Amino acid sequence: MTTLTMAGCPKHDVGLRPVPWRRMVWVTWRQHRAALAGVTVFLGAIAVYLWLTGLQIHHSYATACHPASSLACNINFTGRYAVTVNVVRVFLQAAPALIGAFAGAPVLARELETGTFRFAWTQGIGRWRWTLGKLVLLAVTVAAAAAAFSMLFSWYLRPFSSAGYAIPFATDVFDLREVAFVAWTLAAFAIGALAGMLIRRVVPAIAATLAVYAGLGLATALYLRQHYMTPLLTSKLNLPGSAWIVSQWYTTGGKFAFPARGSQIVSAVSRLCPPRIGNSSISPAQCLTQHGYTPWASYQPGSRFWPFQWIEGGWLLALSVLLIAVTVWLVRRRAA
Amino acid sequence: MSMNVIQASGLAKRYGSTWALRECTLAIPSGHVAALVGPNGAGKTTLLNLAVGLAEPSAGDVTVLGGLPAGSPAALDGIAFVAQDTPMYKNLSAADMLHLTANLNRRFDRRYAQARLGELGIPLNWKAGKLSGGQQAQLALTLALARRPRLLVLDEPVAMLDPVARHDFMGTVLAAVADDGVSVVLSSHVLAELERVADYLIVLSQGRVQMAGEVDGLLASHRMLTGPAAEAASYAEQPVVHLRRGGAQAHLLVRATAGDPVPPGWEAHPVGLEELTLAYLREPAAAALPGPARGRDIQPSEVTR
Repeated sequence: MTTLTMAGCPKHDVGLRPVPWRRMVWVTWRQHRAALAGVTVFLGAIAVYLWLTGLQIHHSYATACHPASSLACNINFTGRYAVTVNVVRVFLQAAPALIGAFAGAPVLARELETGTFRFAWTQGIGRWRWTLGKLVLLAVTVAAAAAAFSMLFSWYLRPFSSAGYAIPFATDVFDLREVAFVAWTLAAFAIGALAGMLIRRVVPAIAATLAVYAGLGLATALYLRQHYMTPLLTSKLNLPGSAWIVSQWYTTGGKFAFPARGSQIVSAVSRLCPPRIGNSSISPAQCLTQHGYTPWASYQPGSRFWPFQWIEGGWLLALSVLLIAVTVWLVRRRAA
Repeated sequence: MSMNVIQASGLAKRYGSTWALRECTLAIPSGHVAALVGPNGAGKTTLLNLAVGLAEPSAGDVTVLGGLPAGSPAALDGIAFVAQDTPMYKNLSAADMLHLTANLNRRFDRRYAQARLGELGIPLNWKAGKLSGGQQAQLALTLALARRPRLLVLDEPVAMLDPVARHDFMGTVLAAVADDGVSVVLSSHVLAELERVADYLIVLSQGRVQMAGEVDGLLASHRMLTGPAAEAASYAEQPVVHLRRGGAQAHLLVRATAGDPVPPGWEAHPVGLEELTLAYLREPAAAALPGPARGRDIQPSEVTR
C-alpha cells in the first residue's frame, strides 16, 4: 500500500514536484495514435505514388532532356508528365489543411464535446501542462512528417524545375517546398487546435480550420508574399524565367503612364498604332517603345527563393507558436 | 486535527445571465462522507466544478484541503474527481485508462487498481465504451481511488446506475473511507442511498446553502410532531420547518431536541435523514446553518399558507 498523505498535513504539498513532462509522450501517443496513423497513411500513400512516378520522371528527364530545350525533351518528358505534375501540385495544396483539420481540431474539441475534459483536466498533471504537452508533441510529430514529405516532393519536382517548367516562385509550387510546406502544416495544426478550443465541437471545428486555412493561404499567395523583400526594378523585358514579376507598367518622359494590363494600355496602343493592313504584326510593346514609352517591371529574382522560404517559414512558425500559446492560455483560464 | 476539505465564502458562479450559485458560504470538515443534495438546478454540479478547479468563480472564493486554492497543482494532486456520467475515453481499454491515469498523476497505486478491477470482474482488455454503465462507474471510481486522494469528489455518481450497481458503487466508496480515511463529497438525487453512506449533509436550493451539518447533529436537532390538525396553525413554540396535513392529523417537522417539551395532545418522533432532507427541499425558504451563518427560522403562519 502506498503511504497515504494524511489529511491536515498541507506541508506535505509544499514544494510539490509536478508530474514529469515525459509522461505526456505515452498519453499523447496512446490517445492520438489513430490521428497520427491517419497522417502517416495519407502522406505515406502520396509519397509512394510520388516515389514510383518520380523514378520514371527522373529517368525520362535523364535520357531525353540533353539539352532541356530539345524536341525529344518536349515530347518524352514535358509532354508526357506536365499534366501529372499539375494535378499533383493542385491536389497537394489541400494536404496541410487536411492534416491540420483532422489532427489538430479534434485534440481539444473531442474532449470538450464528449465531456472527457472533466476527467483529463482534474488529474494531477494539471490542465495547462496536459494541453501544452499534447499540442507540442503532436505539432512536432506532424511537422516532422511534413518535412520528410516535402523533401520527397522537392526531389520529385526537380526535373521540372531544371527544365524551366515548374518555376520555384509559382504559387502552387512555393508553398509545397521544404520550409514553407512544414510551416503551413504546422500553422494548419495550430489553427485546428485553437478552433477546437473555441468551437468545442469536432465537425464545426474541422470546417472552420479548413476555411481559415484557405483564407490565410489565399491572402498570403495573392497579397502578402510579394512584399517579403522590396522588389527589384528593371526596364529590360527579357527577365529570366525564374523571376517572379510582381507588376509591370509603362512610363513616358520619366512619368508613370499606365499599367501593363488594363483598358488604358489597350486604348493607347490602338490610338498610337491603329490596326492597318501591313502593320498588323507589330506587338503592343514594340508599338509603345517606338512612341517613347519605357516598359518597367518590378520583380523578385529567382535567387530570393530560399530567403522567401525562410521568411514564410518564420512568420508561420511565429503564428503557430502564438496560436498554441493562446490555446493553452484559454484552457488555463476558461471555465468549464 | 480538523480542516475543511471544501471551504467557500461568498462563492458565486454565473453562466451568461443565470446565477448557478449565489452567496455560497460553507465549510465541509474532513473525515466525512458529505452529501450535497438539492433539486435540479440548485447548483450542486457548479459547486463541485468550482471545488475541483474546472470552473472559475464569478465572485467569492473556494479553497480545498485546508486552504489550498481550488485547481492549484497541490489541490489537483490531493483531489480525485468522478464527474457526472463518468466521462471516459470510450476507445481505450480499461488497462489503457489505468496506464493513462498513472501517467497523469504523481501517485498511482497500480496494484490496488488491478486488484480492484479483478474483484469487480472488469476485463482489462475491454474498451471502456463496451463496459456496462455500472462497470464504467466502477472503473472511474477505481482510477480515482488508486490516486490515493485525500478528498474524493463524486458528482451524481449513481444517478445512471441500477440498484445493484448503485449498492456496489457505494460499497467501494465506503470501503475506501474505512481503509484510507479518505474524505468524500458527493452530490446525489438518490436520498435513500445517502442514509446508508452520508454522515454530513448539505442541502442546496436555488444556488444557496439551505442546511449544512453533521447528520447525527441534524437528526438530533429535529423532531417530527404529530397532533391535531386544528392546532397546527397556532403552534409556535419551536421553529417549524415543514407542515404536512394528513386528515385530522398534522405532522410538523420542527427544530427541537429530544429534551424539548412536547405540547399536550402531540407526539414527538425522531426523524430519518430522507424525511428531514425532503422537508427542507420542500421548504426552500427554511434554513438551518451552523454558527453565525444560521438563517432565519420560518414562522408557522408562513408554512400553513
